[in-house]
Amino acid sequence: MKVRSIDDLRSLKEKYYPLIKQRLGHRNGLGLTQVMVCSGTACTSSESREVHRKLEQELARCNLSSSVRVIRTGCFGFCQHGPIMMIHPGEILYCRVRPEDVREVVQHHLINGQLVDSLLYREINTGKKASSLENIHFFKAQERIVLQNCGVINPESIEEYIARDGYFSLADLILNKQPREIIEIINKSGLRGRGGAGFPAGKKWEMAAAQDVKPKYVVCNADEGDPGAFMDRSILEGDPHSVLEAMSIAAYCIGASQGYIYVRAEYPIAVERLENAINQAREVGLLGKGLFDTSFDFDIGLRFGAGAFVCGEETALLHSVMGQRGEPRPRPPYPAQEGLWGRPTLINNVETYANIPVIFRGGWEWYQGHGTATSKGTKVFSLAGKINNTGLIEVPMGTSLRTIIFDIGGGIAGGRQFKAVQTGGPSGGCIPEKYLDLPIDYESLKEIGSIMGSGGMIVMSEDNCMVDLARFYLEFTQDESCGRCTPCRVGTKRMLEIIKRITEGQGEMEDLELLEELAFDVRDASLCGLGQTAPNPVISTLRYFKDEYIAHVRDKVCPAGVCKELLTYQVDAEKCIACGLCAKACAVGAISGAPKQPYHINPEKCIKCASCVAKCPKKAILKGVGREVASSAQAGIFAGAGSQENRPAL
Amino acid sequence: MEPELEKMPDNLEDGFVTGGQEPQIRKVVAVENEKKFQALDQIIEQYSQEPGQLIKILLKAQDIFGYLPEEVQAHIALKTGVPVSEVNGVVTFYSLFATRPRGRNILKVCMGTACYVKGAQELMDTLKEHLKIDEGGTTSDQLFTLETTRCVGACGLAPVLLANEQVHGEAGAAGVYKIIQDCRKGEKIESKKH
Amino acid sequence: MHRQEFSPGPVVRRTGQLYDNPEKEVEKIKLTIDDREIEAQKGMNVLEAARAAGIEIPSLCYLRHINEIGSCRVCLVEVEINGAMTLQASCVYPATEGLVVYTSSPRVRRVRRTMVELLLSDHHRECTTCIRNLNCELQNIADNLGIRNIKYTGEMKELPVQNNNPFIIRDYNKCIKCRRCEAICSKVQEVNVYSAQNRAYDTVIAPAFMQDLSQVACITCGQCVIACPTASLTEKECVDSVWEALEDRDKYVVVQTAPSIQVTLGEMFGYPVGTVVTGKLVTALRRLGFDRVFSTDFTADLTIMEEANELLARLDQGDRLPLLSSCSPGWVKFAEHFYPEFLENLSTCKSPHEMFGALAKTYFAQKEGLDPAKIVVVAIMPCTAKKYEASRPEMGTSSFKDVDWVLTTRELARMLRQAGIKFQDLPDGDYDSLMGIASGAGAIFGSTGGVIEAAVRTAYFLTSGQELDVLDYEELRGFSGLKEAWVELKGRPIKVAIAHGTGNARILMERLKAGEQFDYVEIMACPGGCVGGGGQPIFGTREHKEISLDYRHNRADALDRIDYSKELRRAHENPAVKKIYEEFLGRPLSERSKKLLHTFYTPRGELPGFKLGEEKDSHDDRAEEKIPALQS
Repeated sequence: MKVRSIDDLRSLKEKYYPLIKQRLGHRNGLGLTQVMVCSGTACTSSESREVHRKLEQELARCNLSSSVRVIRTGCFGFCQHGPIMMIHPGEILYCRVRPEDVREVVQHHLINGQLVDSLLYREINTGKKASSLENIHFFKAQERIVLQNCGVINPESIEEYIARDGYFSLADLILNKQPREIIEIINKSGLRGRGGAGFPAGKKWEMAAAQDVKPKYVVCNADEGDPGAFMDRSILEGDPHSVLEAMSIAAYCIGASQGYIYVRAEYPIAVERLENAINQAREVGLLGKGLFDTSFDFDIGLRFGAGAFVCGEETALLHSVMGQRGEPRPRPPYPAQEGLWGRPTLINNVETYANIPVIFRGGWEWYQGHGTATSKGTKVFSLAGKINNTGLIEVPMGTSLRTIIFDIGGGIAGGRQFKAVQTGGPSGGCIPEKYLDLPIDYESLKEIGSIMGSGGMIVMSEDNCMVDLARFYLEFTQDESCGRCTPCRVGTKRMLEIIKRITEGQGEMEDLELLEELAFDVRDASLCGLGQTAPNPVISTLRYFKDEYIAHVRDKVCPAGVCKELLTYQVDAEKCIACGLCAKACAVGAISGAPKQPYHINPEKCIKCASCVAKCPKKAILKGVGREVASSAQAGIFAGAGSQENRPAL
Repeated sequence: MEPELEKMPDNLEDGFVTGGQEPQIRKVVAVENEKKFQALDQIIEQYSQEPGQLIKILLKAQDIFGYLPEEVQAHIALKTGVPVSEVNGVVTFYSLFATRPRGRNILKVCMGTACYVKGAQELMDTLKEHLKIDEGGTTSDQLFTLETTRCVGACGLAPVLLANEQVHGEAGAAGVYKIIQDCRKGEKIESKKH
Repeated sequence: MHRQEFSPGPVVRRTGQLYDNPEKEVEKIKLTIDDREIEAQKGMNVLEAARAAGIEIPSLCYLRHINEIGSCRVCLVEVEINGAMTLQASCVYPATEGLVVYTSSPRVRRVRRTMVELLLSDHHRECTTCIRNLNCELQNIADNLGIRNIKYTGEMKELPVQNNNPFIIRDYNKCIKCRRCEAICSKVQEVNVYSAQNRAYDTVIAPAFMQDLSQVACITCGQCVIACPTASLTEKECVDSVWEALEDRDKYVVVQTAPSIQVTLGEMFGYPVGTVVTGKLVTALRRLGFDRVFSTDFTADLTIMEEANELLARLDQGDRLPLLSSCSPGWVKFAEHFYPEFLENLSTCKSPHEMFGALAKTYFAQKEGLDPAKIVVVAIMPCTAKKYEASRPEMGTSSFKDVDWVLTTRELARMLRQAGIKFQDLPDGDYDSLMGIASGAGAIFGSTGGVIEAAVRTAYFLTSGQELDVLDYEELRGFSGLKEAWVELKGRPIKVAIAHGTGNARILMERLKAGEQFDYVEIMACPGGCVGGGGQPIFGTREHKEISLDYRHNRADALDRIDYSKELRRAHENPAVKKIYEEFLGRPLSERSKKLLHTFYTPRGELPGFKLGEEKDSHDDRAEEKIPALQS
C-alpha cells in the first residue's frame, strides 16, 4: 500500500505494534514467541546466519514454525559475546550461540521452557550469570536513544520501523511545519554534528537553507573510516530507516530533492540494508514524488567509498560522490554554499541524522535535557582494545571515561593496569588515567588534547607502548593522506620517519624536539581536517607519556616491551633445565649452553624471533627488562593468535 | 551482482597473460575476455546515465575482471568519456582497487587499531612466512594473495582475518591454518571439475 | 555520452579568461595587512590584495584563474577569525572588509619555512646543473626564506626521468605536486593528460599509468612546461646538436625565426614584456655563426597565399568546409586525437616553418647551388609542438627532414649566454634576403586571430581586387578565447571564427559537431597564440616572478606594432613571395606547392597507447602508406 497520510502510518503501526510491544517487555496476547538473532557484521562473521538457518530448520522439524517466529535484528552492541540471541517474552539473552547450540535452545527453552544455562552471560568480575538485559551491567549503565531500534526491530522491515513511530515525524513536519520552524527546533535541541568537530547541526541546515540556488543536495556521510569505530555501520545495519527519515526531513528543510548516502563498499551488510530500505520506502511512497500528497519530492541514491579514510572529510567526500579522487579542497566556500556539482549541499554523518527523528519524537526540550551545557544528547561509542566488554554503547554526553571503561566496559582485560584511552581515532589523542573522571563532551576532550571524533574508543593497558601506538596511527594517517598539500603529504612522512627511528632505538634527544615542532607545523598548516589532526596522537602522547619517549631514546628501552628492536631475550638461570630445546630452535645460533648449565642468549646474534620462547618447556626465557614472557605475551599481541610463540604450530 | 555476471567463470588470472600459452587456450581466453568486456559494457551503460558513478563502475569492473588492468581502465575511460588519466587517478587513489592480478583467494589481515593491538602484525608475519609471499604478493600457484585492510568494523573479534571477504574473528594460528587448508581444498575440487 | 554530462566537476570553467576586464566597475573593500590599512577589489584573494599593496607573499601552486587550490601551503598567512589567529592559504582566502592579516609574523615565517623545507626534502636538488637554475620558483623561495639546511630529511624518491620523446622531458624527482601542469592541461587546454596518481607520499602528477607523453593523447603544446615552477617539466633541449651543426664546416646552417620570437626573446635579457628586438635577434644569430638568417614570417606570407587559395577553392566547391587552419601543430595533434572526423577540413598547408624547411632544401639550395643534404635548417620557435612536428615522418622526404632542429626561445637565449654574447649591446641587423622579407601579415601570425585576418585579407583582395576593412569580431558567448565575424567573399557572406587554447577549440568543435555552419576557422593551440607558446620565456626569477599568465597580451600588442610599422602589410604584396611563385612554385596549389608545402593528417584516437575494440581499424599505418607517394 501507499502511505499518503498520518492515518496510513497509524494503521500500519496498529498492525505491527503488538510484535514490537512484546519485544519491549510487554505481553502482546498473541501467544507467539519471538527469537531475535543479531545479524550485524560482528555476529554474522561468527556465523549468526547459520544459527538463523538452523533455527528455522529445527523449528520446522518440531512443528513450531507457527508459534515461534525468528527475526533478524540489528546490533545489540555486545559484539564480543556474539552471536547474540534474544528470546521474547522474557527478554532472555543468550551469548555466543553456535549453530550446534540451536537444537538445545529449541528443546530446552522453546519446548521445555527452561533456560539454557551454558549460553547465559556471566559477569566477568563476579562470574554471576545474568539472563536478561536488566541484569547485565553492560546494558544497564547505557542510555540507548539513537540505538533504540537496534536489536528491537527487524531492520529489513519498514513496517516495524513505522510501528516504532517511524516516519510520523516526517509526516507531521511536512504537513504541518515550515522549514525554518524545524530548523529552529534543531537549534534549540542543541544537536551538534557527530562526525568529529561538533559543528552545530542547525547552523549547517540554516546555511544550506539560506542558499538561493537550485537544485540542492542532502548527503549522508557513512564513510566511517576510523579504525575501531563502527557506530555508523551498526545504525545503518540495525535501523536504516531512521537515517532515511532524517534525510527526508533535512531535504524538506533546505529544499533539496535528491539525497546521496556515501557508504563504504567495505560494509556489504549495511549496503544491502540501505538498498532494501530505500526500495521499501519508494514502494510505500515515503521516497519519490509527492510525499504525503504534497509537492515535496525526495529520493536517495547510494554512492560508494572505495577505501579512502580522507573521504570522511566533507569536501573530499563530495569529490568522491562525484566519482573523483577523494581530495579535499579549501573552505570557504563551504559545502552548504557550494557542494555537489557546485550546488548547496548539506552533509551530516549517520549518527547525526539518526538523532533527528529522535528529537522530533521526544521533543527538543526532552532531548536537550540529556548531556552537558555545551553538548546535548547522547553519544554512541565503540569500545575496543584491552577491555573486557568490547562493543557498541550509547551514553549521555558528560558521562565519565571511568563509567564507560570500568562500568560498562567491565574494566581492563586480564586484570592488567589501565594506561590510556584513545578517542577520536587517528585524529584524536591519548588520554591518561588522571582524566578518567572528566565528564566527556566536545569541549572537555579538546581541552585535554583529544577530540570526540566519530566515537571510537580504544583502551590501552600497561602492555601497550605509547610510542608504538603513536607510530601506528601516524602510519595510518600518512598512508591515508590524499597527497595534495605539502604538510600532510611530506610532513607526516617525515614525522613517521622520526618516530620509527625512535621505536627502533635510533632516536636522538633532538629528534623529540624535531618531532614536536613538525607535529605542530603540520597541524597548523594542513589543508583539511585529516592533516590538521594527524599529529594529535603524537602530540598527546608526547604530552602525557614523554617519559616513554625518553626511555626509547635515551635508555634504548621500550618500557612496555613492545618495540622489537629494543627488546632483549634472556634465559632465567633459575628456571632453565638445560634441555637445549631453545638452542635447537634458534635459527641464527644465538643460544649456547652446556649440559646442566643455564643456557645463554647472545644479544648480538639474536634476531628476536621468539622461536626459543615457544619451545621452552619451563617458560624460562624472559623478554625486556626482566618481565616474564608469559605475561608480556599480552603486549601488543593477542596471546592465542598467530603470535610468535604459537608459530611453530603452523 | 548482476545475474549475467554470476555466470561468468571466476577466473582471475586469465585474460591478459598470453605469453607461453598454447594457441588454443589463448583463443578461449580471448573469448572469455570478450564476454567480460560485454558484461562491462552493460555495467557502463547501466550506470553512466547517472552522474558521478565512476567508482561504482570500477567496483563492478573489478568484480568481473578480478582486478583493473590498464586495458579495462582505458576501456572505461573511452566508454564513459572520463579522461583516462582521471580514471587511473581514481583507481590508484582508493585502496579497494587492485591494478595487479590477484590470487583466487584473497586473504586480508585487518590492520585496524583493535586488531593491531591484539596481534594483527604477528598474524600477518605468520601468513607471510607460511605462504612465502610478501604483503601485497600473490603465491606462484595463483592461489593466495595476501593483503592488509583497513578496519572492517569487527573490532570486538580482533584480530580479524578476511578470507575472500568472509570475516574470521579471533584468528588464531590453528584457525588460520584451517582457513588456508579449506581454501586449498576448495581449489582441488574446483580443478577436478575443469 | 559526453564527458561534461558524466562528471561535471565542481570547478567553474575559467577557460579563456586571459584578460581582466579593466572597464568593469569593481567594488572596493578595506582590510588590514601587516598593520597597514589597504584597499582592495572585492572578490580578490588575500594574496592578490597584498600584492596590489606591494606586499609579496611567496607562492608556488597558485596560478591566477588556472590553479587556485591552496595546496602547497607556502602562501600561508595569519588571519584573524573570531579573535583567534589562524593560518590560511592566502591564495584561496577571500579578502573581505575589515579582515586582519599578517603576512610575515614569526609564526608565518616559521611554518612557511617548514613547508619549503619539506618540499626540498623530497626534491632532487641539482640546482647547479638544472635547466631551471636561476629561474626556478622553488629555488628563489628557498633563497628568500634563507634556508641553509634542511632539518627534515628522510626518504627521497627515485623516480624515472621520462625523455623518450622529442618535445618534453618529465623529471618526476623535481615535481613538487603543485598541479599547475594538471590544471593548465585539463582546465585551459582540456587535453587532460595529467592527473594525480596514487596518494600520500607516493602521489605523482602524471599521465595515465605514468606513460611517457609520447604514449598518450598529448598535443605537445608545452603549456605544462610554462606552468611548471621547477624543472620537472622542461623542453627537450637540442642546443648541443645545433652547436655541433654550427661547428661542422661541411654543413650550411640556415636559421629561421618565428614571428613571435622578435617580441619575446628580449624578456630573457631583462627587457620588459612586449619589447621588439628584431634587429638584435638577427645580429645575435649571425654572431652565433649561422650561415643565413631568415624569417619564418616570409613563409607565413606564403602560407597565407596557399591557404587563401585553398579557402577560395573550397568555397567554390562547397567542399570540406569550414576550412580549419593548420599552422599550429599543437592544434593539429589535438584534432588528430579528439576530432579525427574533421581532419578532412584541416588545411593541408604545412605550418610556415616546415614550408620554410622544405623550400630551404629545394628552392634555396638550387638558387645557391648547395647540396640539400648539407643544409641544416634550424628553427627558432615559441613552441614545443614544433619539435614534435619536425619529427613527423611526413615532414620531409626520404633524403632530408624539412627542419632539422627546433630551438625554443629559451634555448636560443641559453645559446647566446653560452657564446658570451651581450644581447643588450648588439647592433641591429637585417634578415638575409630571399627568404627574409616578410609583410606585416606574416608577423601577426604569432598571435591569435592573425592567420585568419591575413588570409581573409588576401582572399578578399584576390577575389575583389580591393583591400578589406578592419574585421569586426564579436565575442562568442562571452569567452574572450573565442570570437566570430562575418566577411563577404565572392559575393556571399562568409562566417569566420577564431579560437585559442584548445579548451576553447573544444567548444568551437562541439558547435561544429552540433551542426553550426562556419566557413573558415583559425585555431591556435596555445592561449593567446604563439605569443603564449610553450617555448616562450618563463618568469621564475626573483626579479620577475609571475602569478598569472596574463602578460601574454603585451606580446601580442608588440606584434601588432610590428605589423603597423611595416610598409608592406599584405602577403600578396610581398615581392619575395611573388618571386618564389614566378621562379619555382608556379602558382598557389600547384603540383610543386602541393608536394613541398602541403601535408596530410593521421587520426590518432584518444587512447593512442591502447588497441581497444573501438580502435581496431587504427590508421597508424596510413602515414607509411602515404610517405612514398609524397616522395615520388
